[in-house]
Amino acid sequence: MSDSKNTGAVNTAIDANHHLEGALLPILHQVQNNLGHIPADQVGIIAKALNLSRAEVHGVISFYPSFTTSPQGTNVIEVCRAESCQAMGGRKIEATVKSALGVNFEETTECGKFTLEPVYCLGNCACSPTVKINSQIYGRVTSHSVVSLIENLRQAGDQK
Amino acid sequence: MTPRIYIPQDSSAISVGADTVADRLAERLVASLGNKEVEFVRNGSRGLFWLEPMIEVETDAGRVAYGPVGADDVDSLIEQGLLEGAQAHPLSQGLTEEIPYLKNQQRLTFKRIGLIDPLSIRDYQAHDGFKGLKRVITMSCQACVDEVKKSGLRGRGGAAFPTGIKWQTVLDAGAAAGQKYITCNADEGDSGTFADRLQMEADPFALIEGMTIAGIAVGADMGYIYLREEYPHAHAILEQAIAIATEHNFLGKDILGSGKNFNIQVRLGAKAYICGEETSMLESLEGKRGEVRAKPPLPALEGLFGKPTVVNNVISLSSIPIIFAEGADYYKDFGMGRSRGTMPFQLAGNLKQPGLVELGFGVTLHSLLYDYGGGSASGRPLRVVQVGGPLGTYLPESQWQVEMDYEQLAAIKGVLGHGGLVAFDDTVDMSQQARFSMEFCAVESCGKCTPCRIGSVRGVEVIDKICSNEDRDSNLDLLNSLCDTMENGSLCAMGGMTPFPIRSALEHFSDDFK
Ligand SMILES: Cc1cc2nc3c(=O)[nH]c(=O)nc-3n(C[C@H](O)[C@H](O)[C@H](O)COP(=O)(O)O)c2cc1C
Ligand code: SF4
Ligand code: FES
Repeated sequence: MSDSKNTGAVNTAIDANHHLEGALLPILHQVQNNLGHIPADQVGIIAKALNLSRAEVHGVISFYPSFTTSPQGTNVIEVCRAESCQAMGGRKIEATVKSALGVNFEETTECGKFTLEPVYCLGNCACSPTVKINSQIYGRVTSHSVVSLIENLRQAGDQK
Repeated sequence: MTPRIYIPQDSSAISVGADTVADRLAERLVASLGNKEVEFVRNGSRGLFWLEPMIEVETDAGRVAYGPVGADDVDSLIEQGLLEGAQAHPLSQGLTEEIPYLKNQQRLTFKRIGLIDPLSIRDYQAHDGFKGLKRVITMSCQACVDEVKKSGLRGRGGAAFPTGIKWQTVLDAGAAAGQKYITCNADEGDSGTFADRLQMEADPFALIEGMTIAGIAVGADMGYIYLREEYPHAHAILEQAIAIATEHNFLGKDILGSGKNFNIQVRLGAKAYICGEETSMLESLEGKRGEVRAKPPLPALEGLFGKPTVVNNVISLSSIPIIFAEGADYYKDFGMGRSRGTMPFQLAGNLKQPGLVELGFGVTLHSLLYDYGGGSASGRPLRVVQVGGPLGTYLPESQWQVEMDYEQLAAIKGVLGHGGLVAFDDTVDMSQQARFSMEFCAVESCGKCTPCRIGSVRGVEVIDKICSNEDRDSNLDLLNSLCDTMENGSLCAMGGMTPFPIRSALEHFSDDFK
């Protein structure tokens, strides 16, 4: 990805949001959504636009799990680790997904296709256990159904 | 009559295949009916989640339900008379309103969920929507606040603080304070809870109406909904509902000719549990790190951008319309003791019939687990229930006769919190649950105080040592004093209440730690 493309996306996000009260989070969300991460070399532009220091913007980015400074895998797989899912076999789902992908939480597979993230409740507790793959939530999953969802994505190639 | 079919667009229903079912139904009906019309309504869920995807068909006698429907059931359902509401199919549930799980509830705040198309402002009004707001614009601010006080409503986000008193403080801040804000806490981070999500997805206008009433009552013209990022579907629905309400002059300038203005914006969180704590939420809304503020000052006096601010949970605010539509006395008549009105209990975890059960305070935990929940999903005996989210106590069977109200739970060292119940069967290892509580605190701590930030990390280590029988007695003592330090030395309930589930696990299930 070229730097100018990144800068373009960052400027678009700034233009769209800088008039809002408390504009920093909306800007960071838009950049994260469009670029898949918030490139470290763009922090200065955001800081300047909002009259903040770079350190302040860095501080906010590092506080929130949603914001990342390096690119994530093509597919992001989130497994719910919270209590309702635990009660319905979530720990087993966690272990199954880790071994199917060969990575731990907060890691990306070597091929770059999958990033695995923990999540603490998706509000889908009445259909536990739950995983989220990209923007889609899946309820009442089993080890078998999760593995086949992952296999489909592996074969489908770089789809998001 | 054109047959009308309802298929929920709720995100839990979708997570178990509602969209696929809807597509299959549409495809098959077009093929078999030719030009004859069928009307599809994507409603919200009725909250009977074990039956999702639950489809309903309108009949002369009322709506009949089928569930849980898979895409593969569609053909046989149509063959066996789905469009006529025939009840021969094994998935038939009969008249929806007669399903005991629903029939025995006291749906006030959630009276419209699943009944209506969430984005039809006409449906909303046909079911008493905006009746409360229309009354409010004829009342004085003080009379509005008095009505809320009289209803006995206490915050449903967890702390159970009387809503009317909070509003009074913001009203009393006076016009000299300048800008005031209404903020809606839609961060719903507690595991085992989904009432906010269901409310926003199935009946978003009720939240909008509740916030608008709050704004008019305390003299605020700006509202923010702080919504967790994990709820993209609720986000899309809220944005549309806000646009529709504005178009119809229920929001915006000179609302219904009253001379009052009120606007709402949605802001997204960024996966930090602590941002559900009200002062952390305000920091986050201001675009900062979500670090908890010391109180005082109260947010009601110095809240968002230092201005007087109401912070209320989604359910607190969504309960406001019915309080004004039916009157405070009507609402107050439900419930028991000092817990007035209804609570949306959220049945989750290892239960056969998980879902939303709205009832007056005072139902026993046992009744929720068995009369509604139907016992365990696994078929094994239930062993323990965590009530009130990740910071809530684990309650053993000997305590299941407790009547669910704020005071009765407090008497057994429990908390009701946001009303979530997570049931576990007898395969649960309570030492691992206790360990997870510490781990969760370590992950989600905002980092401001040492007992919470460091104590939780130490806590995980100590529990591991206890479980591997390393210096057992002295490590148990250490865990206890660590819990004391966290309870006494933390700025907020994250560190202060993490010991609750841990202590209850140790007290009632000490054998699991061997
Ligand atoms: C760690 C922590 C997390 C919280 N999370 C939420 C939440 O997700 N939603 C919520 O409404 N209240 C949450 N609260 C409670 C809020 O601080 C606050 O009491 C509430 O939003 C006030 O609204 P209410 O009076 O209508 O309940 C949390 C509190 C703590 C200490
Ligand atoms: S108790 Fe924990 S979450 Fe609360 S203010 Fe202290 S460090 Fe932050
Ligand atoms: S605990 Fe997993 S979705 Fe709520």
